[in-house]
Amino acid sequence: MNEFETRGQRLIALCLLGFLLFNYPILALFNAPSTVFGIPVLYAYIFCAWAALIALMAWVVEKRG
Amino acid sequence: MLQGWIIVFTSFAYLGLLFAIAYYADTRADAGRSVISSPYIYSLSLAVYATAWTFYGSVGRAASDGIGFLPIYIGPTLMIALWWVVMRKILRISKQNRITSLADFIASRYGKSALLGGAVTVIAVIGIVPYISLQLKAVSSGFLILMQYPEIVMPAKFAVPVAQDTALWVALILALFTIAFGTRHLDAAEHHEGMVAAIAFESLVKLLAFLAVGIYVTFVIYDGFGDVFSQAAAHRDLVPMLTPLSGLSGNYASWVWLTILSMAAIMFLPRQFQVAVIENKDERQLNKAIWLFPLYMLAINVFVLPIAFGGRMHFPAGIVDADTYVLTIPMAEKQELLALLVFIGGLSAATGMVIVETIALSTMVCNDLVMPVLLRLRSLRLNERPDLTGMLLGIRRGAIVLILLLGYLYFRLAGEAYALVSIGLISFAAVAQFAPAALCGIFWKGGTRRGALCGLLAGFGVWGYTLLLPAFARSGWLPIGLLEQGPWGIELLRPLELFGLKGLDQITHAMIWSMIANVGAYVAVSLSGSPSAEETRQASLFVDVFRTSRAGGGARFWRGTASVPELHSLLARFLGAEAADEAFHGYARARGLRWPEEAPVADADFVHFVETQLAGAIGAASARIMVASVVKEEALTLDEVRAMLDEASQIIVYSHKLEQKSQELERATNELRAANERLTELDRLKDDFVSTVSHELRTPLTSIRAFSEILHDHPDLPEADRARFLGIITKETERLTRLIHQVLDASRLESGRTEWHESLVDLREVIEDTVAATSQLFREREVRLETRLPERVPKVVADLDRIVQVVVNLLSNAVKFVESGRGRVEVAVLEDGEFVRVDVRDNGSGISLEDQRIIFDKFRQAGDALTGKPQGSGLGLHISRRIIERFGGRMWVESQPGDGACFSFTLPSVRELAFARAA
Repeated sequence: MNEFETRGQRLIALCLLGFLLFNYPILALFNAPSTVFGIPVLYAYIFCAWAALIALMAWVVEKRG
Repeated sequence: MLQGWIIVFTSFAYLGLLFAIAYYADTRADAGRSVISSPYIYSLSLAVYATAWTFYGSVGRAASDGIGFLPIYIGPTLMIALWWVVMRKILRISKQNRITSLADFIASRYGKSALLGGAVTVIAVIGIVPYISLQLKAVSSGFLILMQYPEIVMPAKFAVPVAQDTALWVALILALFTIAFGTRHLDAAEHHEGMVAAIAFESLVKLLAFLAVGIYVTFVIYDGFGDVFSQAAAHRDLVPMLTPLSGLSGNYASWVWLTILSMAAIMFLPRQFQVAVIENKDERQLNKAIWLFPLYMLAINVFVLPIAFGGRMHFPAGIVDADTYVLTIPMAEKQELLALLVFIGGLSAATGMVIVETIALSTMVCNDLVMPVLLRLRSLRLNERPDLTGMLLGIRRGAIVLILLLGYLYFRLAGEAYALVSIGLISFAAVAQFAPAALCGIFWKGGTRRGALCGLLAGFGVWGYTLLLPAFARSGWLPIGLLEQGPWGIELLRPLELFGLKGLDQITHAMIWSMIANVGAYVAVSLSGSPSAEETRQASLFVDVFRTSRAGGGARFWRGTASVPELHSLLARFLGAEAADEAFHGYARARGLRWPEEAPVADADFVHFVETQLAGAIGAASARIMVASVVKEEALTLDEVRAMLDEASQIIVYSHKLEQKSQELERATNELRAANERLTELDRLKDDFVSTVSHELRTPLTSIRAFSEILHDHPDLPEADRARFLGIITKETERLTRLIHQVLDASRLESGRTEWHESLVDLREVIEDTVAATSQLFREREVRLETRLPERVPKVVADLDRIVQVVVNLLSNAVKFVESGRGRVEVAVLEDGEFVRVDVRDNGSGISLEDQRIIFDKFRQAGDALTGKPQGSGLGLHISRRIIERFGGRMWVESQPGDGACFSFTLPSVRELAFARAA
């Protein structure tokens, strides 16, 4: 399996992970009235998960070899 | 300070700056130093996705339902992860076939069908025009609101006279702007470098403007994110928005469908296809874009919620439209500069979208709608005109003006009917209809032209029925009863609850039914018919793009005759004589010909080349018609195309196999060569060995023979001499025996026929025993022998007799090379990591560096010929090293000439084993 295919498969896996993270039922777990540093936990979760997903994508495409 | 003229002046200054940037980038491109080949510019240009709809509308939607706007940006983030697989393929296909637009792409895939291209164009125009009018509305209402400063008044809902309408002026200025960038000249590759640079700059401006107002609201008006939300929690009517999701069928379903919808939008909005595919210069730009573009979307969304909550808390309900919070909050806080910056940000978001969208749509209208019709109308005699470039540009310019005026018309007629967000989503749903035909088309060869057309029309029909019809009804153009009772009173057909599907929002409802219709019709019709020859060949070119690029591309499917001058004049008509000459030059040069003196052969390859060039200017479908009009083609039957495809894939398989075989052969050859070298070396060594051995044998033999002859010839020798001679003979015989023994030993070691008796050996004991056994030798030569042995050393696994042999060899060597009387030899045993090491150090004359390298080789001895004859067979060290290596150890020498030598060897210790036994 060459580098292109590996990278493609990793990115597909990340896309599936994103579908899982931003969907029922994971999303429903965070739809609660509590807060993190004053921020509603759902909002905090979505933005953190989003940032983490982007970081992973950056890691996959920028990694050498 | 915010007078009308300042706002107008700033806006024009901003547009002027855009012109300057675009002009600069175009000049650079002409000079061959493109600015847009940077992946950063590419990523920023993708951010044309964020329009005025994002800039103003996200806050508006967030203010009513919390996080409902987020899937529109999360969807593209997920989709772009798949770009590595999907977009790379689309890019490769588009480069090879010189695709000029989305309509061209779909038409090309399904046999260069002009009908399909036209259908895609019509759907795109109908779907996108409301979206353009939305941008006009955003700019004009932003302008009107800002003009009222310091009052905050929503723009009048009633129509102003057309001539005084800001939106009309905005539309006209943008039309001029787009014409200037988009149709400056006809480019065979449809690259608009200036436009892309300007768009990238606009993306930067809108991001900065939005971040500025976000930071102002969050950190200046409020005290950080936590503060905004905790203050919002105190408002009773805002509390439900803090946990905005509820109910599986409602919120979550619309969340999922909105995600899918925007995944399609990021690929198939005409402007996204334009910047991502048509304007792309290098596939490698994807690398950075895959994470930079999602990062951009994250950044532009971080402050949406604080601004939305801030606006809700700032203004009493119902006074200020939530879509304008971004602008009205800075105005209410008397931040004039910030308000102006926000207005410019909104302007950049709107203009960016309008410019790219109209360029993309005008290319589609020109290449896939107008040209195929004009070319078919024989009465126009287009074939006889020498130069059609002016006409092409004219059609595009006309299309740009027309599209913007349509946008304005829609704005006048229906502009106030809906909030910003719903119009944008209706457009998204329209372009999502392209997804099945385009995406399946690049992975599935079975899709046919009829299937794609039926799917597209079915999906578009459902879209019109479930989204457009209700919009018209609500605007009062159709009876509202249509929505409530259904057409002809049939409740099952109510556009918003089709077949009784209830409880979903309008977009989700429309998406579910239109996708079922679209995909269903596409698959069913494709499978029920069979593709034509042209469709089969295009399907193969698209689906197997990564394989066919090596096997000759599209040229191999053509048979016929053509004339070079006719093809040249055809190209010149659409590209201009200069560009046509240049293209022919390039083609001829690649084949070592000098155009125009030497004309290339008008073979399949050449006709394909001309058709692709032409496709870059007028689209694949029109190019096909034009080329077919000047060459005599033999139609290929479907079976022939299939046979060619089979043949081609066979050839690919064979060539792959051949490549593998030749690699294997090469490997085998290399191995053989290495073996041969090794054999030659061995042969040389054997010769050396034989000559050295015979030399070594001859020396003692000669002396034995000489002394025997003396004894034989002189029976009267004195007893003392006789005894001395006999002593020499005995000694030489012993030396001979030893030598033969060693030669045999060495050869056994080398051939691996030696028997080994492995046991646990205590090196300390070995040293003590050997030192005791050889002490006589040392005493004779008056050499001092010292030992440094630790209390305990780990045992090693070895053959005891062989190790003794090694140590004896080292000691007898050492004693030989030191000076009698002053000589000193030291033996030490020590632990060296996982090894046990033995050092035998002497204070003799040392060994030169050169000798150190060869001393372990066979029959090599230290010392030069001048100092007398070598003392030994030259096999001892060689044998010793072999023995040590046999037990996993290492043997080496360290020496400074004149300062003694130290021979060392190591053997791996078996400490654990020793401990286990002790316990």
